[in-house]
Amino acid sequence: MDSSAAIEFHGVSYHARGEAVLHDLNLAIHRGETLVLLGRSGSGKTTTLKLINRLLTPTSGEIRVTGRALSEWDVIRLRRMIGYVIQEVGLFPHFTIARNIGLVPKIENWPQDRIRQRVEELLQLVGLDPQLATRYPRELSGGQRQRVGVARALAADPPILLMDEPFGALDPLTRAQLQREFLALEARLGKTVVFVTHDLNEALLVGTRIALLEAGRLVTLSTREEFLSCREPLVIAYRNAFSPEVSGERGRV
Amino acid sequence: MNLWQFILQNHREVTQLTLEHIWLVGISTLLAVAIGMPLGILLTRWPALRQPILGSANVIQTIPSLALFGFLLPAPWIGARADRLAILALMLYALLPLIRNTYAGIQSVDPSVVEAGRGMGLTDRQLLFQVELPLALGVIIAGIRVATVLSIGLATIAAAVGAGGLGEYIFRGLAMVNNTVILAGALPAAALALLADSGFGWLEKRLSPQDARRGSYASAASS
Repeated sequence: MDSSAAIEFHGVSYHARGEAVLHDLNLAIHRGETLVLLGRSGSGKTTTLKLINRLLTPTSGEIRVTGRALSEWDVIRLRRMIGYVIQEVGLFPHFTIARNIGLVPKIENWPQDRIRQRVEELLQLVGLDPQLATRYPRELSGGQRQRVGVARALAADPPILLMDEPFGALDPLTRAQLQREFLALEARLGKTVVFVTHDLNEALLVGTRIALLEAGRLVTLSTREEFLSCREPLVIAYRNAFSPEVSGERGRV
Repeated sequence: MNLWQFILQNHREVTQLTLEHIWLVGISTLLAVAIGMPLGILLTRWPALRQPILGSANVIQTIPSLALFGFLLPAPWIGARADRLAILALMLYALLPLIRNTYAGIQSVDPSVVEAGRGMGLTDRQLLFQVELPLALGVIIAGIRVATVLSIGLATIAAAVGAGGLGEYIFRGLAMVNNTVILAGALPAAALALLADSGFGWLEKRLSPQDARRGSYASAASS
């Protein structure tokens, strides 16, 4: 067992309605890294993510989080130490921004003052005006809402963060801005992040390592540099599909 | 004698029958809420129960009201008192809108909101009481509204089994072939129905968290 691994997959398969969505996945995600799950729709990347916080249960195999098998975890405790950010954000429309962000601290019985303090701190951390605290989600723009989504996921300071195409629904400029802010945030907080995307540029920008999935199988697991020189046909296909931008991206990375 | 004179002369009886009517409708609707809402919630947790429960509630609705009162007459304890019988029958009719709207209201909550809630570690109870029910409240109130208005009309039939209410005047007027007496029962019942409809309509609007209250998506800043 790898002691530096925050999350490990040991021969994990997942079947839905008799079909294999994920096939014999073996993967160790290191503490503090940002592992990108890259792949097209239906490749099993979201499934992989949902297996980690037990929104889905594997058909076979074992997943360990901080060395403990998922079956040994209390599922509620597990989820509260794993922040979860999704593309649709999923803010509670009937709660103010402050209540959205402070919900987990509240059900964890933090004192009022500490929750208020934490909410303000988080709003600043994700680059939002603390005055937005009293607003409702529908009064915010898409980019602002996703920032709140990230703040909410970070509320109880979880060591692990799962992000499912968090910036996928944003316009390109807002997306680029949030990606840069995510990098700065991650450099500061050092969370273990599992990041799902189908966008190679995004993968190369945010990921310390990239796991390429195709039809429920792990094709390659590589660092950015390895990914760019990899001879695997699917990796080459990916690079070609994104080639003009990738060459530009490479200069920046 | 016109309607106003009749009502003024019999204002004590009119008031008493109106109160009886409200009581029959109120108790039966409360019971329907107490039974229908948990059933509706249950359906969202156990999809296999959907067909049998919604099906049964649907079948009850198809039974003609007078026949339902008749069917319940021989039931022990229930059949012994007219008001019990009427309340049970009205409650059975009110069940369908309550079960259906509770179920539909919870189902209509944005799935990404539910997934986010689950993913951040809310227990099923917390998810239900803090997220799903508050967001479904408008639709549930709409169900109570339909059930109440329906019951106010149906409760006039309760007089046929001697349970009282404004139906007394309607049946008496029919027997006497006296329109004034019929109207003395029908008009207050219609007024009650309109009152309940607008009252719950107002509540429904107030408690629908998705709408209104400060700003909207349209006015959301785009920064």
